[in-house]
Amino acid sequence: MDLTLSPSEQQFRDEVRDWIEANHPGPEPEAGLEEVMAFRREWQLKMHAAGWAGISWPKEYGGRGATMIEQAIFVGEAARLEAPSPANVLGLAMGGPVVIAHGSDEQKQRYLEPILTGEEIWCQGFSEPESGSDLASLKTRAVKDGDEWVVTGQKVWTTFAQYAKWCMLVARTDPDAPKHKGLTYFLMDMDQPGVEAKPLVQITGEGEFNEVFINEARIPDENIVGGVGNGWGVAITTLMNERAGLAFGAIAQIANNLKRLGALAAETRVNGGTAAEDPVFRQRIAQLHIEAETMRLNAYRGLTKTMQSGIPGPEGSLGKWQWADINQRIAELALDIEGAYAPLTRGDEHVVAGGAWQYSFLRSRANSIEGGTTDILKNIIAERVLGLPRMR
Amino acid sequence: MYFDLTDEQQAIKATAHDFLAARYKSDRIRELAESENGFEQSDWDEMAELGWTGLALPEEWGGQGLGIVELAVLFEEMGYALAPSPLFSNTIAGLALSLCGSDEQRERYLRPLAEGKLRGTPALWDAGGPATIGSFTMEPRADGEGIVLDGEKVLVMDAAAADFFLVATSDGRRHLVERGADGVTITPSTSIDTTRRLYAVRFDGVKVAAEDSLPAAEADYYGVFFRLCVALAAESTGIAQRTMEMAVAYAKDRQQFGRPIGAYQAVSHRCAQMLLETENARSAVYGAASMAKAYASDAGWRVPDASIQVHGGIGFTWEHDLHFFLKRGKANAAMFGDSKWHRERVADAVLA
Repeated sequence: MDLTLSPSEQQFRDEVRDWIEANHPGPEPEAGLEEVMAFRREWQLKMHAAGWAGISWPKEYGGRGATMIEQAIFVGEAARLEAPSPANVLGLAMGGPVVIAHGSDEQKQRYLEPILTGEEIWCQGFSEPESGSDLASLKTRAVKDGDEWVVTGQKVWTTFAQYAKWCMLVARTDPDAPKHKGLTYFLMDMDQPGVEAKPLVQITGEGEFNEVFINEARIPDENIVGGVGNGWGVAITTLMNERAGLAFGAIAQIANNLKRLGALAAETRVNGGTAAEDPVFRQRIAQLHIEAETMRLNAYRGLTKTMQSGIPGPEGSLGKWQWADINQRIAELALDIEGAYAPLTRGDEHVVAGGAWQYSFLRSRANSIEGGTTDILKNIIAERVLGLPRMR
Repeated sequence: MYFDLTDEQQAIKATAHDFLAARYKSDRIRELAESENGFEQSDWDEMAELGWTGLALPEEWGGQGLGIVELAVLFEEMGYALAPSPLFSNTIAGLALSLCGSDEQRERYLRPLAEGKLRGTPALWDAGGPATIGSFTMEPRADGEGIVLDGEKVLVMDAAAADFFLVATSDGRRHLVERGADGVTITPSTSIDTTRRLYAVRFDGVKVAAEDSLPAAEADYYGVFFRLCVALAAESTGIAQRTMEMAVAYAKDRQQFGRPIGAYQAVSHRCAQMLLETENARSAVYGAASMAKAYASDAGWRVPDASIQVHGGIGFTWEHDLHFFLKRGKANAAMFGDSKWHRERVADAVLA
């Protein structure tokens, strides 16, 4: 057991740190998603030029071929230094790895480079209004027509659909097959008359996610990934990549939030002292630090295990569950510390910390829903880690 | 970065697991829980032969020269088996002598302790004094070169099994007193946890020669304290692991409304929560000591408590073993700083 970085890992961390510090473009623009996307595109080009885009991808496909521990270090440092997200985050984290794992040589030729440069943005067309946690029940239909497929249906929670060129679309190609078997994974061109993206306004007032209406959109045969009827397996690869990549960024983000929470507590007056001196607040702050530390150590234990076995196990569900829980409780505690000021939000003259905690409180409500609800994660843990009987 | 046990540590774990599983079956634990001293000398001799009595003590004093990770590995298995044994209290005495004793004291007490021939235990809390760690009230009275001790120590683990005590005084020092010394009286206490014996120990004009007072000052005992907190947190983690496994096995087996109760989310999600807390406790053990003790203190009784709930009525019976685990977990949580006390230490560190 060795919980320290090896000399070569330290060297890698220093290299990452130096590069981000030297190239950090500052905070994202506050106004408008368009400006944010332009900012992120520029950042991704910079990353790509220095070889940091597609860090986990094999070198032959334009990536860096980094080890898992190096990926973890990179994601952790980027989050710690609050580097912007690259514009094509879904293409880098899911689209590319799926094409590399399941795609044909032609697909690798066609799609990988524009993902790395951010020239083509990707989005993910999995969830539907009637198929959330029960993803395999999805109804969007793809019907063969010559050497093309005609697709009709509706997708939802589609991040960046309004900017995307390609959609990782899972559609039903065989309605008579058992539900997991009749699915196919397509790469759908978003620039066509049959596809319309409409932003969904969230409880924060923003529109990160979209609804995508698909009406007789056309997809050529060569845009199928992994073969007709194999969509479920390919989709699972996508989701595994999503989860594996996120943990260490989430850990650094929580560390940053805890630092801000400490600052808020030190600045806030309660009962003749500060919140940082209040015994009850101190207990709650300490408990969050302890749980954040267990989450970090769990992630490293999981990483060691994955490096030995080669595949991330279902234990990763624990980390996602814990992340959502801790993130929500940090924001809840911040609002409790603000006390009566808690309702005041962004734009108000008397708002605390610019309204950051009000935003966190609201945005974090989604943490236990997005990317696998906490309730479904508990099912996964019960069934696949503990081996309890399936509820269905 | 390699966050897993090495082959040698895995071997310690496997040996401990198999040995303890063979020794401490339910009937045996119950027998020992009702016996006079709560343990069996022949078990102790075997543990000494396995090197456990000197596991984390220096080789030059007859120990194995291993560290805190190996200690945590062993004590997680001790908790898993709920082994009734003075090994924990003896480990504290060994660490204290190793880190804070003089060479003469180490020669006389530590070497035989490491070899399993002598047992020691700390005598810390004072009757009627505060329960917090580090605020001991027994005043050492000067007597020529040495001192005289008067007063009553409580919550002394395994006192009847110990050959000597390390008695804490108000000046933060520790003093070696043999169990048979004049003026020492031992009375068994009644604890919810019958698998770890507690005693009240009276000291009536007990003379301590100068060479029997440890040279170290209060602050020097932090090294001992952090290590024992980690070992105790590891033991609580083992308790959580075992009682989670009991709940999962029962939930697979027990049928109600025509299906195993583990198929119901009210039960399966409770089991998932038990796994989360157990894994977190295990990770915490390899992090900072106060974080470990705070987290594992809570998990060490919450998980057995949840396991009782999964078992329903049978879990509430004396006949089922679960209550022994709940009681040890709760006792561990209370000893050596409860979760609130350790969280306050964490708050001190993070809110500086």
